[in-house]
Amino acid sequence: MVRLAECKDKTEHKPIEVLLLPKKVYIPLSQHLGKICVPEVKVGDLVVRGQLIASAQAHVHARVHASISGKVTAIQDWPHPVLGRCKAIVIEGDGSDKLSSPSRITQAEVDSFSAEQIRNIIFEAGIVGMGGASFPTHIKLNPPKPVDTLIVNGAECEPFLNSDNRLMIEKAKEIIAGIKLVAKCVGAKNVYIAIEDNKPEAIKQFQSICDKRYAISILKSQYPQGGEKQLIKNVLRKEVPRGKLPFDIAVVVQNVATIYAIYEALYLAKPLYERTVTVTGSCIDNPKNLLVPIGTPIKELINYCGPITTKPAKIIIGGPMMGLAQFTDEVPVIKSTGGVLLFSEKEARVLEEEFCIRCGACVRECPAGLMPCLINLSSEKSLWQQAKDYGVADCIECGICNYVCPAKRRLVQTVKRAKLEIAK
Amino acid sequence: MTDRLIVAVSPHIHNKESVRKIMWLVSLSLVPAGAAGVIIFGWSAFWVIFWAVITAVVAEGILQLLTKKKVAILDGSAVLTGLLLAYNLPSNVPFWLPIVGSFFAIAIGKQVFGGLGQNIFNPALTGRVFLMACWPKYMTTFVNPGYDAITGATPLAVLRHAKMATQFSYWDLLIGRHGGCIGEVCILALLIGAAFLFVRKYISWHIPITYILTVGLLTFIFGPNGYFSGDWMFHILTGGLILGAFFMATDYVTSPLTYKGQIIFGTGCGVITAVIRLWGGYPEGVSYAILMMNAATPIIDRFTKNRIYGTNRNSSRRAIS
Repeated sequence: MVRLAECKDKTEHKPIEVLLLPKKVYIPLSQHLGKICVPEVKVGDLVVRGQLIASAQAHVHARVHASISGKVTAIQDWPHPVLGRCKAIVIEGDGSDKLSSPSRITQAEVDSFSAEQIRNIIFEAGIVGMGGASFPTHIKLNPPKPVDTLIVNGAECEPFLNSDNRLMIEKAKEIIAGIKLVAKCVGAKNVYIAIEDNKPEAIKQFQSICDKRYAISILKSQYPQGGEKQLIKNVLRKEVPRGKLPFDIAVVVQNVATIYAIYEALYLAKPLYERTVTVTGSCIDNPKNLLVPIGTPIKELINYCGPITTKPAKIIIGGPMMGLAQFTDEVPVIKSTGGVLLFSEKEARVLEEEFCIRCGACVRECPAGLMPCLINLSSEKSLWQQAKDYGVADCIECGICNYVCPAKRRLVQTVKRAKLEIAK
Repeated sequence: MTDRLIVAVSPHIHNKESVRKIMWLVSLSLVPAGAAGVIIFGWSAFWVIFWAVITAVVAEGILQLLTKKKVAILDGSAVLTGLLLAYNLPSNVPFWLPIVGSFFAIAIGKQVFGGLGQNIFNPALTGRVFLMACWPKYMTTFVNPGYDAITGATPLAVLRHAKMATQFSYWDLLIGRHGGCIGEVCILALLIGAAFLFVRKYISWHIPITYILTVGLLTFIFGPNGYFSGDWMFHILTGGLILGAFFMATDYVTSPLTYKGQIIFGTGCGVITAVIRLWGGYPEGVSYAILMMNAATPIIDRFTKNRIYGTNRNSSRRAIS
């Protein structure tokens, strides 16, 4: 694990701003792991904010809701930040922010919800893991084995990003209420709120309002602290056995943004149709944390944070360590989009790859205990079985090996390649 | 704007290290020892270093041209090989000896394997043992410090023949006031360079410290006057041990990847060095010790893999060996 240059200062103290309602949104039918949704609206239908517009029959999927009110003008292929292209429902806004169910649920009602009811509401709200993995939350909160520990992931170890950080600062009370519900849902007795020590404001917020039942774990700021398995190791001092999932050791990890979405779903009956996104980078004048309707093309976020000072050469969705470089600024914000980064020509320069000098930096830093340089060499020689033997399947693709490599070897790229080849 | 975006696999940021930077900074860390060598032995030492470095760079360039590879003579790795080879030579060798040695080091020690990062053996040491095998007379004739070029023996050779070498005080050994190879005599200068590498985190303690401690321990146990009577400090401060332990055994390319492996590697170097010094045919054994352990590096790497997250020690070995 490595302490990275955080570059968070630009947006650290910027309160979350609500983005003006976009005129047009492109809501992809797949924003989760699992089966792609089928539209439940037709072209020409009028929809309101929060209305269900797509779902699937399969167990593993997450519902999709309209993020603005208006008219469905098309259901077409559109650039997707993760999948490249995906079918999306296009909604042209009518400018109103009418809600489909503008109700507020009372505390007594919320208290009366059973675990099953909570899960059902989460399912209906279309909530997925918002830290990036986008696994449907209602399934994660229904572990096949009993769970006693909940870890709330507020590490946000990716440089540049502050969307979780700001959420923790501004919505601490709501997050605590959400934690209570999640803990009840999975039956967790021990709750840890894990925050990196570079977020003192968020830590203070939680310390001041959090009751004694929840432990606040202040973690060293190092990457990849927020990786699920790394977080479990550093909070609980135990490891998830190889090939197993956290619930196998009775643990569930939830990201703070997800927990906030759960709060909103249960207390405000609000489906997941908007999220916080950090828009930053050296190319824009006014980096910001924005509350953005799902489906808004990132072009609009960039314009809102403009003016653009330098022409961006690379647009990244997510953080700089694991984020995905985009080929167009038309891609929409989806449920797992925590950040939009604009890198200048200089920052985006493709570095020349040299021979591995076996310095061992990747071996020292690998949080999964692998030997990335050897996986890289096997993969380059198409020795997929060898790569497998070196444990390529255990790689979490955090990118730290690539970050520290003095020869700038494309370690993550070859790992991804090896995984694809082995899966064949 | 949309048609001109760079798309690449994550991560999108990198730290500021580069192979070139590492090689040049390691070369820089060797400057004090070289300067001390020139001060101790005079300008002849300078010319040995000069020819070794120039030949290494030129040979690297020619071979890269011939094999149609990218010419990367300024990445500092050839300079480093040249420097290390020169530091392992006496100051009074004929000018062609460093040239031949350097060429051999680059050609046979490095480029035949495919260049930087591919070689099995430390190139500088490969060059050195080649010279040792071909021109032992030049390689074992040392001059005493000063400009009068009186030949003399190294402290280790004195020890070998006389069983005692009391004319050298530890202070003499520390500052290099005795015969020996150019870069190995001034321990103080070497330690300054090594400290720099430690601070920059380019080397870790695992190889050099285990190496030196092993030599110290074994030479103490197997002393000339029975067990536990050896002058371990003398053994640590003489010969090429400090140069070898900090600058050559730690060569990234030819040493193990994990700390566990590096400790085994350092210990192995120490054992072989001590065995050669105490019972072998040569007074000095650092070069051979490191080369032999270089050969063992792949097998060490194989059995000292890191523990994969979520596995216990045994299951991980079974799974990946």
